[in-house]
Amino acid sequence: MSESTTAPHATGPFTEDPEAPEYSAYGGDWSEIADEAARLGQQRIVVNMGPQHPSTHGVLRVMLEIEGETITETRAGIGYLHTGIEKNMEFRTWTQGVTFCTRMDYVASMAQELAYCLGVEKLLGITDDVPERASVLRVLMAELTRIGSHLVAVGTGGNEMGATTVMTTAFVAREETFKVIELISGLRTNNAYIRPGGVAQDAPEGATDAIRAMIPKVKQKLDELVDLQLANPIFKGRLQDVAVLDLAGCMALGITGPILRSAGLPYDVRKAEPYCGYETYDFQVPTSTDADAYSRVVLRLEECYESLKIVEQCVERLEASEGQPVMVADKKVAWPAQLSVGSDGQGNSLEHIRHIMGESMESLIHHFKLVTEGFKVPAGQVYVATEGPKGLLGVHLVSDGGTKPWRAHFRDPGFNNLQALSILTEGGQVADVVVAIATIDMVLGGVDR
Amino acid sequence: MSDSQDLTGTGAPQGGPQPGDRKPMTLINVREGMFGAQGDTTGYDLLVKPIQMPGVSERPYGEWFDGVVDVLEELLGDDAGAAIEGVVVDRGELTLHIAREHLVEVCQHLRDDQDLRFELCLGVSGVHYPADAGRELHAVYPIQSITHNRRLRLEVSVPDADPHIPSVTSVYPMNNWHERETWDFFGIVFDGHPSLARIEMPDDWVGHPQRKDYPLGGIDVEFKGAEIPSPDTRRQYR
Repeated sequence: MSESTTAPHATGPFTEDPEAPEYSAYGGDWSEIADEAARLGQQRIVVNMGPQHPSTHGVLRVMLEIEGETITETRAGIGYLHTGIEKNMEFRTWTQGVTFCTRMDYVASMAQELAYCLGVEKLLGITDDVPERASVLRVLMAELTRIGSHLVAVGTGGNEMGATTVMTTAFVAREETFKVIELISGLRTNNAYIRPGGVAQDAPEGATDAIRAMIPKVKQKLDELVDLQLANPIFKGRLQDVAVLDLAGCMALGITGPILRSAGLPYDVRKAEPYCGYETYDFQVPTSTDADAYSRVVLRLEECYESLKIVEQCVERLEASEGQPVMVADKKVAWPAQLSVGSDGQGNSLEHIRHIMGESMESLIHHFKLVTEGFKVPAGQVYVATEGPKGLLGVHLVSDGGTKPWRAHFRDPGFNNLQALSILTEGGQVADVVVAIATIDMVLGGVDR
Repeated sequence: MSDSQDLTGTGAPQGGPQPGDRKPMTLINVREGMFGAQGDTTGYDLLVKPIQMPGVSERPYGEWFDGVVDVLEELLGDDAGAAIEGVVVDRGELTLHIAREHLVEVCQHLRDDQDLRFELCLGVSGVHYPADAGRELHAVYPIQSITHNRRLRLEVSVPDADPHIPSVTSVYPMNNWHERETWDFFGIVFDGHPSLARIEMPDDWVGHPQRKDYPLGGIDVEFKGAEIPSPDTRRQYR
């Protein structure tokens, strides 16, 4: 092990002094604590914010060293939501891996599914075999996920600053996207819808009408959010020139996504390195040069409008490709069942059960082998980068030629971007920490995995 | 089964490299038997199958890969041979196996040279290959150039007995937390890191959970009267 360091670090104790007095505040009057500290002649106060705090998007612990209201040092402590998903994926088949990685950043479930499946397909060498309609459905889901994620970022951000209406408005809009996602995938979140080789099932009848009906509703709520926030003097006062991170800072800290674009660099993996046919969609990548918290909110809202444009194009393509396959033709990879919704919920369709149980023993064997054993993936490693809602979402997959990943590693953008918390908050006010966390927009499920 | 032998012919070359064979860089795993059961189903029990990563590629590598390797070799000068242990091109991705002594120097060149300009390091992903004697622990760095819109992979391999790799945080500060994570999960010590503390596991945790010799720690679950073993102890296909 390395020699121990004495510098303060994120998970270690701040102070070596066991005599240092400890104050516990559970609500109540802050000035009492300040008075007590002044009476004891303490110069340095370390405030522990979290791990259970409503503004931290999960269980994040922030340690603040303050002088009055000014922060002199910030450290983020993470790991409270670590669930060992990457390790678990090594014990499940490649297809089952989807149900694990969807639970990382649970606000943007299908972003992980998409990145993971693109990785598996690259390992299998079937990237070009994925049917067109499956890619359209993937793009549709990725964009609805992006809208949902941004709405949560903006909505909870507003809530944390005391504007409950912002949150309720955003969540109503997100619910509209969830209705479509549920109609198509069967679930609101943690969908396990995008599978290696395609998607779990085709969009049901009436899906395109439902999407068309959703778009104006979401747009209207987005307009409301814009009207509520962007010209609001209180909102501007809280966010403008707060939590500034310029381009040099972004590059040093590897920041991607809306934060990088708020500093002026229009880097978007969907444009730079298109996947799923993103190069054929018409959309813009909004940027700003203000590099502050306000510009990130503006960008997230603008990106929602752009995503809706992509969704509209997806609907047209879905109508044009009605009846086409949504899974690769290779039966050694494609999930054998056709799902349907029965009286007791979603499951294998009756036709499929009839086929494997009554008509074809070979089908039964094939179904059994593929579902229990999975498919083999040739040995090797790949890295796939996608544009998640929060930034560059990378997946590193290693296969040992078996039916399970040898290693699956996710570069969650929130994990990387949360490193910027110190630089965003030090020298600022305590109240701005909440703003900084809100505009980083990480989800601790993804950060800790 | 001490005198197990390779009978498959698909693994490491037997009796010297064959023409056209790529020199293997990484032994991922050695498989014995079939289906993950104790012994294989025939009772023969002597199947041993080494699984190798795709091996070293020969020039031309294709795409932009040759140019980048050329520039890097030129910048490294006399060190190039020692620094770059192997170049692997597989599935359209370029992997440079780098000797750990030269990692920081290589990163510096990759970031700063105008023909390379790999501005972002997208983290470091540890991989544990217990069968790869003397190179058990691998650190994999995906490096992204926004300027040229390229990505390559650096791979550093170290023995389990001496798991030290110099930290690249002096060149890529964004790797701070990523290196902490890889230390936490794999026990790779990144020398020169400003504060190599655990990040995901509790401070007092013993062991490095994502290594292959660390058990998953699943528990059996009773379901409708039957005991279902946890995923790591269940009979499994491989």
